[in-house]
Amino acid sequence: MTALHHSLLPRVALPALALLIAFPPVMQAIDQPFYIVLATRILIFALAASSLNLLIGFGGMVSFGHAAFFGTGAYTVGILMVHGVDSAWIAWPAAVLASALAALLIGAISLHTRGVYFIMITLAFAQMIYYLFVSLKAYGGDDGLTLAGRSQVGFGVDLASDVVFYYVVLAIVALLLALLGRMVNARFGRALQAVRENETRAQAIGFPAYRYKLACFVLGGAVAGLAGVLIVNQNELASPNLLHWMQSGMLLIMVILGGVGFLYGGVLGALVLLLLEETLSEYTIHWQFGVGLILLAVVLFAPNGLLSLAQRRTPSARGASG
Amino acid sequence: MDLILLLEQTLNGLQFGLMLFLLAAGLTLVFGIMDMINLAHGSLYMVGAYLAATLIGYTGSFTLALLGALAGTALFGAALEVSLLRTLYQRDHLTQVLATFALILIINEGTRMIWGSQALLLNAPDALSGPVELLPGLTYPAYRLLIIGVGLAVAAALYLLVTHTRIGMLVRAGASNREMALTMGVNVKRLFTAVFAAGAALSALAGVLLGPLLAVQVGMGESILILAFVVIVIGGIGSVRGALVGALLVGFVDTLGRTLLPMSLRTVLPPQVASNLGPALASILIYVLMAAVLFWRPQGLFPARG
Repeated sequence: MTALHHSLLPRVALPALALLIAFPPVMQAIDQPFYIVLATRILIFALAASSLNLLIGFGGMVSFGHAAFFGTGAYTVGILMVHGVDSAWIAWPAAVLASALAALLIGAISLHTRGVYFIMITLAFAQMIYYLFVSLKAYGGDDGLTLAGRSQVGFGVDLASDVVFYYVVLAIVALLLALLGRMVNARFGRALQAVRENETRAQAIGFPAYRYKLACFVLGGAVAGLAGVLIVNQNELASPNLLHWMQSGMLLIMVILGGVGFLYGGVLGALVLLLLEETLSEYTIHWQFGVGLILLAVVLFAPNGLLSLAQRRTPSARGASG
Repeated sequence: MDLILLLEQTLNGLQFGLMLFLLAAGLTLVFGIMDMINLAHGSLYMVGAYLAATLIGYTGSFTLALLGALAGTALFGAALEVSLLRTLYQRDHLTQVLATFALILIINEGTRMIWGSQALLLNAPDALSGPVELLPGLTYPAYRLLIIGVGLAVAAALYLLVTHTRIGMLVRAGASNREMALTMGVNVKRLFTAVFAAGAALSALAGVLLGPLLAVQVGMGESILILAFVVIVIGGIGSVRGALVGALLVGFVDTLGRTLLPMSLRTVLPPQVASNLGPALASILIYVLMAAVLFWRPQGLFPARG
């Protein structure tokens, strides 16, 4: 059982944030701007995986269709741009709203099922959204929708610069992680975890379990939508791959790898998986073999994800509460 | 409506449904009895097809290659079960997802190392390459008829095995209440390995039979795996009968949807819109079917757990 209190771990998080702030100038100094782009990508996936971790780890809802919200956010920005709306101040909230709305519809129906059936019904809805966007030939169909450029922010901030974009992404991801941390420790988060542990008991003491879970599902969808907004700006392409079930699977793998129900589980999972891909693919074309072996090792030696290793060494971190 | 076309598409639907059943049967039993989500089931399908494509080069006989591939894949499946998957039965579903996803990566990449990334050619037997005239005006490829025949025979044999034999009884007991079967003295270790090997052989059979129709390539397992999961969820996890009904349902709905939907859309919409919308709606159909089944029957059509 995880303890109910999830610390933001300021002693680890603040130095990490400082390092991340110092990262671009260092990379520019040693003339490796590529790593700034890679770091941006990792940050975006850390946000997407964290939103899925909110559903799985705190809400107890294993969704296999999270890419639907990620992709909806991305496509909303792309489609609005085709119609001349390139302001981030309009397109980004609209995209988050669209993802939240999709999550509301899908969640309202799916939450009537449980366990494996919930996994499969979320997959079913995500596939419907995938084929829907693929069928929109006016917006790229199979090939995806190429953007004219990144969104316009104004105030002299130009997202076209990779460094500026990196800082915008970093600010958004850091802010949202802090908010998520606050939320899971607040009344809503505690009630949500009570529902996860025992739905009947939570209902018996007066928490409307269904509504709490739906609210969590919508919130997770909205945050995934925001991650989608960022990835479409990073890639300047809204690709159907963002909506594919493999994408949902990758997000799921990141969460399990990092540690389900740990506040930074999604972050660590995204970091490790994307770095593994990046490093191993430099050495061999058969890098997937290595990734597979390492994932297997994690399953065998760190059954509850990488963060459970850190926790095992400091048993005092696991509180008496539980 | 063109009756000949409709008949032809019905046969195609039957053929697709039966192949899905071969995959889904093993998947649903492993899921139902061992309580294990095996994402790597599609990899066994791929291994079967690759083995057959290789063996046919050595033996020149499709039948020998088929039998060799079945035996090889069953052995491979049993080895996987004994060495690794066995330790995962007691773990939670998410751990199983991560572990079997890792297996997909390893098996896919291993296949690429051995056979390269080019798609392999697996030819149907020459004797069956031509069409057969079933009815005046209705010709149908002989090889596809063979697939339907084999599919029907295996489905019938499996049904008899599961419902009328002692082994089948143990399997059903395991699926409906694992702990009780254990208590009653079923040798579960051996049963689990046998079920896993049989499931591997069945999915290899689907892989070999579909090989000449689709490309034998890395990644072929994943696209069909999702459909197999759809099938077992519609049918009810752990139920072989449910897997058969679910597979045929998905096969017919998908195949007929792809032909009939664009045609009927064309009568109400401009052709341009219809040709764009038709295929997408047809792909969506089976997922709508699954969502609808789960909404009204949250345990699938034939729940195995009593």
